[in-house]
Amino acid sequence: MFDYETLRVIWWIFTGVVIIAFTLTSGFDFGIGALLPFVGRNDLERRAVINTIGGTWEGNQVWLVLLGGALFAVWPLVYATLFSGLYIAMLLVLFALFFRPAGFDYRSKLEDPRWRNAWDWGLFIGGAVPPILLGVLVGNLVQGLPFHFDSDLRPYYSGSFFGLLNPFALLCGVVGLLLCLFHGAIYLKLRTEGALHERALNLMRVLGPALLATLALATLWVAYGTSLPEIATMPGTDAASNPLAKTVTNAHSWLDQFAAHPWMFAAPAVGFGGLLLAWRTAITRNTGLAFVFSSLGISGMLLSLGFGLFPYLLISSSHPGHSLTIWDASSSQFTLALAFWITVVFLPIVLTYTRWVYKVLWGSVTPEKVLNDQHTLY
Amino acid sequence: MIIGDEIVSLSRLQFGLTAMYHFLFVPLTLGMSFILAIMESVYVMTGKPVYKDMTKFWGKLFGINFAMGVTTGITLEFQFGTNWAYYSHYVGDIFGPILASEGWMAFFLESTLVGLFFFGWDRLSKVQHLAVTWAVAFGTSFSALWILIANGWMQHPVGSAFNYETLRMEMQSFADVFFNPVAQVKFVHTVAAGYVTGSMFVLGISAWYLLQRRDLGFARRSFSVAAGFGLASVLSVIVLGDESGYTSGETQRIKLAAIEAEWETHEPPASFTVIGFPDQDAEKTHLALKIPYALGLIATRSIDEPVLGIKDLREDSTRRIRNGMIAYGELAKLRAGDKSEATRARFDQHKVDLGYGLLLKKYTEEPANASEEMIRKAAADTIPRVAPMFWVFRLMVAAGFTMLFVFAMSFYFCATRVADQKRWLLRLAVWCIPLPWIASEAGWFVAEYGRQPWTISGVLPTSMSVSSISTEQLWFSIGGFLFFYTALLVIEMYLMIKYIRLGPSSLHTGRYHFETKAAAPAL
Repeated sequence: MFDYETLRVIWWIFTGVVIIAFTLTSGFDFGIGALLPFVGRNDLERRAVINTIGGTWEGNQVWLVLLGGALFAVWPLVYATLFSGLYIAMLLVLFALFFRPAGFDYRSKLEDPRWRNAWDWGLFIGGAVPPILLGVLVGNLVQGLPFHFDSDLRPYYSGSFFGLLNPFALLCGVVGLLLCLFHGAIYLKLRTEGALHERALNLMRVLGPALLATLALATLWVAYGTSLPEIATMPGTDAASNPLAKTVTNAHSWLDQFAAHPWMFAAPAVGFGGLLLAWRTAITRNTGLAFVFSSLGISGMLLSLGFGLFPYLLISSSHPGHSLTIWDASSSQFTLALAFWITVVFLPIVLTYTRWVYKVLWGSVTPEKVLNDQHTLY
Repeated sequence: MIIGDEIVSLSRLQFGLTAMYHFLFVPLTLGMSFILAIMESVYVMTGKPVYKDMTKFWGKLFGINFAMGVTTGITLEFQFGTNWAYYSHYVGDIFGPILASEGWMAFFLESTLVGLFFFGWDRLSKVQHLAVTWAVAFGTSFSALWILIANGWMQHPVGSAFNYETLRMEMQSFADVFFNPVAQVKFVHTVAAGYVTGSMFVLGISAWYLLQRRDLGFARRSFSVAAGFGLASVLSVIVLGDESGYTSGETQRIKLAAIEAEWETHEPPASFTVIGFPDQDAEKTHLALKIPYALGLIATRSIDEPVLGIKDLREDSTRRIRNGMIAYGELAKLRAGDKSEATRARFDQHKVDLGYGLLLKKYTEEPANASEEMIRKAAADTIPRVAPMFWVFRLMVAAGFTMLFVFAMSFYFCATRVADQKRWLLRLAVWCIPLPWIASEAGWFVAEYGRQPWTISGVLPTSMSVSSISTEQLWFSIGGFLFFYTALLVIEMYLMIKYIRLGPSSLHTGRYHFETKAAAPAL
């Protein structure tokens, strides 16, 4: 039905869609988890904060699981190289995620304040650590990672965990955290009333400029401080996947990539514009509209990354010729088509019932409502 | 390159630990979700509030368990990439889409709707909420379906072939992968085992309330539901999940021979060894007690097909290793650029045994030139240790039949309405609560340990599947898992026992034991 080249492009787009869906949904869950110990001043307030996301966070996290599954299915070499190469970082993300299911479900099942306070800090870790580490990861993806393959296509990684923590990547970690806090504060404002609503608004005032400033700094750094290898020869966009078959020459900058295709500048424009408008509208009027703007802004920033990296999925800093592109790291045409049809069938179904669940559970959560329903709610 | 034994052993240890730990929670989720759906269906049909209370109370215990299932499930998805990178590259084309389908069809369904199960009681109509509960139940079983198709493919890799240009296995037929006979048998067996686990849990705890003589109406009804569902499920496990899945494919046949300690191929129909003492060095079983014809009937469903013995299977492995050496040699030529008709034809002729050639990678960089000694060692590697397989399998079967007895008795006495007077049975039901877990873990041990030395039977050896990581990294992760998993298990058990002791009083309806007594409850 589709040729191999088209399927590879489709899956590059779908992978982007899954990354965006994960960031938009789990993003505010992470942010609210990280804000929890600070915005909730007493137990009932904290329970109100938790219950703004309590019924839906689990479905949101499946986007991360699906992202892992999609990489495995569609870009198996990316999955293999990234997860084994960044072994310690991936495990730290995983360990941080451990705090979430138990944190949500177990916290309010006992009354002891020490127990509840401990889980609140657990939810804080589960909310703050993944965005920081995933931000650091993105920072390193932009710069390239030191990996290569042997002739069996076995991946080797020659960097270390602490090598990931370079200044640019740490800046990206800060951006990741601020992005989730910002997005989370808007969502919290949307779903609360009274004191919590006001505190979320006050946080927004500060988080907006902080996010925009760090993001601008990171963007300038990418534009002027990083580069991509230039593909010299490769077997073709519909050839069998083997990353060792291409050659690369000297690097070109991200600005060259955007300058060659000026329409790409729309992505960072939507990114910054969306976040700026989100900040303004959240303060001045409609929080719902602010959430839409914030979602647009985050999508624009992620698209900028995707456009800038195209056609690369994973750049090797030590062996640029071994970098993985969408043309030489994909699954077979058969599997790409299969995964395409599965996605086309199930994506609308998933979106439909997810929307329904949000609709049913919608409404502001207040400490009074928590008190009335204290034996059922988280 | 030749991968260090320590990396392989530690990677296997970590996978075994985390997978078996995950499977403490999975079967209970599988079973409880259906029991909740059954209880709520009765509530919707009869309108009796006690069935709503049952759904809500057992739902609380379900929730405590579900959280752990989610926590430990993500580990496995990360782990294929972190620890089994070469495996991920080599079979991602087949294994990946199956896992992604599980995400689309199962994880989203159960994870998105489970929130509505807990918080949707006052926001949905009765029928809507019931639909949500059923959807969660089907979601959990869909999840089992896909992961067992994935595992079934590892045991018996059909519908795929090696591609010398991409140096990996690629899918040829999704239908073959989906309708893999090994996968279908495993799916039915495993979900039914999950239903048994949920039933035993509810049966045992209800029996304990009955022994304590509290919340009798609630406990009696819960006991009946568990007895009925449990009996149907345990019969399914035993009848549908027997050894019939062990006749397709080389590794499955070796597994069967190891389980039965069948060293020699005998004239059909083979007899079944009930008990005995397998001796790996002497290659015989001491003091074997045998039932004539039974194994032939169970395994081949016939009286004239032989069940192959270990010695013959090892001979077969040797033959395939020699084939694999040819395939590996031709592959080397292809990779070096010789893509002539003759080389391709010779490779295609032998490539089905390429995996057997890779077994030699443990001993040499150049499998095509392996010595006789190496071939002998690699062939010996294809036979697992017989004693653990033999004994652990029998442990599983013993647990299964004990549960069959408990469920059958419980069902009979429920039907005759005297179950709560049979105190011996109630006590037995309490003591049997651990049995489904023992049986499940034993079953997985047999399936996975028995597949060694392969991750993908006949295709990819375990020793090649691991990531190129260091022992320090592995110790870091194993240490982390031990720490978090131990802490979480203690916390989970504490909460579970606390809520079991509280019983339906934890719902705060004012109708149950601790609330109808004068003293206010602690919680």
